[in-house]
Amino acid sequence: MSKVSRRKFLAGSLAGGAAVMLSPAKNAMAAGSFAGFPEGMGVLVDMTRCVGCRSCEAACNKEQKLPAPDQPFDDYSVFDQTFHHGTQKRRPTEKAYTVVNRYEPEGSDKPVYRKIQCNHCNEPACLTSCFVNAYTKTNEGAVVYDGSVCVGCRNCMIACPFHIPGYSYSKVIDPVVKKCIFCYDTRVKYGKPPACVEICPAQVLTFGKRKDLLKIARARIKKNPGKYQAEIYGEKTVGGTGWLYLSGEPFEQLGFDTTLQKEPIINNVKGFLGTVPMVLAIWPALFTGFHLLATKNKGHDDHHDSDAEEGEE
Amino acid sequence: MKTLERFGIKPLDGAESREGKRWNVMEKLFLGLTLDQYLNQVVRNKFNWILTAIMAVGIPFIIYRFIFGLGSVTHSSYEYPWGLFLGFGLFCMVPLSASGFMLGTTVEIFGRHDFEPIERLALLNGLLGYFFAVVYLLVDLGQPWRLAYPMVYAWGPAAVLFLVGWHVATYLSVQVAEVSVSFFEWIGWPNAKKFIRKGTIGLTVSGIILSTLHQGALGALFTYAPGKVHPLWYSSEFQWIHYFTSSIPGGLCMVIAVSTIVIMTMAWRCDDRFKDNLDDLTIKLAKGASMGLITYLVIKLIAVAHDNEWVYLATGWGVWWMLEILGGVVLPLVLFAYGIRHKMVTMVRIGAFVTIAGILLNRLNTALIAFNWKLYQEIPHIAEIIISITIFAIYIATYRFILNRLPILYQWKAQTQEAEVSVAVTASPEREQEIPARA
Repeated sequence: MSKVSRRKFLAGSLAGGAAVMLSPAKNAMAAGSFAGFPEGMGVLVDMTRCVGCRSCEAACNKEQKLPAPDQPFDDYSVFDQTFHHGTQKRRPTEKAYTVVNRYEPEGSDKPVYRKIQCNHCNEPACLTSCFVNAYTKTNEGAVVYDGSVCVGCRNCMIACPFHIPGYSYSKVIDPVVKKCIFCYDTRVKYGKPPACVEICPAQVLTFGKRKDLLKIARARIKKNPGKYQAEIYGEKTVGGTGWLYLSGEPFEQLGFDTTLQKEPIINNVKGFLGTVPMVLAIWPALFTGFHLLATKNKGHDDHHDSDAEEGEE
Repeated sequence: MKTLERFGIKPLDGAESREGKRWNVMEKLFLGLTLDQYLNQVVRNKFNWILTAIMAVGIPFIIYRFIFGLGSVTHSSYEYPWGLFLGFGLFCMVPLSASGFMLGTTVEIFGRHDFEPIERLALLNGLLGYFFAVVYLLVDLGQPWRLAYPMVYAWGPAAVLFLVGWHVATYLSVQVAEVSVSFFEWIGWPNAKKFIRKGTIGLTVSGIILSTLHQGALGALFTYAPGKVHPLWYSSEFQWIHYFTSSIPGGLCMVIAVSTIVIMTMAWRCDDRFKDNLDDLTIKLAKGASMGLITYLVIKLIAVAHDNEWVYLATGWGVWWMLEILGGVVLPLVLFAYGIRHKMVTMVRIGAFVTIAGILLNRLNTALIAFNWKLYQEIPHIAEIIISITIFAIYIATYRFILNRLPILYQWKAQTQEAEVSVAVTASPEREQEIPARA
């Protein structure tokens, strides 16, 4: 350890203190919560318009150069597929970053189709849970992923409240997490809409700034209150998501988890993270203190174990 | 070994043989037996056959996993990304390894030298538990060769797993240093031992810090999954302290359990100091475990009250939760209370095994059973179960290998003459100890 003389230490402290005093601090820092980048983009999904043509699935497959699907994209029998004893519908996988599922809600004469993909959260749980910082929330709102640092712990899959990230379990050498990246590299970075939005023939998907999309969504609900549910799914859920959903039927009947919290997932973890520096700072003195209190006048260490044999008594 | 003892052959327990000749490392490895004697007793032991059988089946599966990927031995579940390897291997092994820092603190920090006969067993139990938790982790990671990335290459310091990684790594080093004292005695490097002993207090305090944080961090990992873990097993405020608190009885009971197995199956390796003190120490450890358990019970109930989850108790999940609490916490508390009151060591030992089962059930519930309670129940792939059992068998084999050799259960005799005149003093907490008195 390098020795710092008292004089040097005092001089250093004074210099540091002066630097703090002189630094400009006119603008107060923003509070610790993050509500998304102001220019962040998103997509509004109007489920009352979707006809279940699956062309978004096909466009995604082509854009992301994913392997050929098990069933062709014009095969609509996939809507009847269920998994795990009929409890689960199709979900995004390492081979398909987006899937469309069909629901038949009670009291509705026609089916409702729901497109699933990464919702590109404002404060993504996957990002905050990653211990190698593989995830990035870009200024454009996309949640992208750097596979070259992935260790494969799959904590992000645990953390994602929407069960989105897939994992290439079949790969031996370079398995990584696979999920929708909002066509960031090829499209959104250049201001172009993602492939699924561009191809949609039924105007289900609207690409735009998240704050504008919220206005559009509210306007649609206001104009047609009988047709839409009053809620926009994703406006508040887990701190807000880039992808927003409008529905004509109650969300819980369409497989949405409506019991999720409004706050970002990371808020649940902050309590623990806050205790970490305190434990690091307090425990050494506390337990060394206990040691001194407990072993006073006992000549600790001297008679310890077989040391006594070697000690000079 | 019992058979050999009948012929008057004693295992190696010091640096020199009875004739005053210094053992070399090879002889030490063979416990001071001749090669024939050693191999005969290995083959005679039925338990070695069981371990060999398990490994013969399981090791090919482990090799298979590394050739064909995780998908070949698991269900490749997207909903249950953490299966048995982490659910059992990491989340169950770590709390049962809290023994190292518990006993380290008791002896070194609080100066309770009466616990010394069992301290080394507790330290070794901690080291091996952590080490094998990391082995399970290596099998589970998609790219285990990148394990050091969060240390050196890509930092994600805001993530709980980052803390877990750092703490497990540094704590493993601390435990290696703590256990190395026994190794240096055995191999005969007194200076290295002295060097480590000088840093004992520092090592022990870092052990407490790192244990507090990452026992807690393992719980905090689940606070990322509020919609997935059943509310009765989830508490964003208290999850970390639930995990930390339950690891205390977990670690202490693991020491009771291991010492029970040791005294029943390898008493030949235990010296009189260990044997004479064990019953007394078992009771004392159980007292500590009881305090941990009662605190755990209270804070579990506080968590239910804090999030107002009483209504869930009336569901099927509630019954399962109450079963875990009644069977895994209340029942051992009753056994301990009765056993301690009436000095019934056997009952205390049963209580310790029940506590361990309760901790295992709690961790498995959080990680697998009550995880994704809104979706479906995942039953692990058969290969996943086989690999988990195999790694556990390797763990037991390593444990025995070390216990047989290093001075964990017995005291090392640096010189023959000295050892012969040394007098073991029975432990009592009230007065200062003078262990092996010197002539």
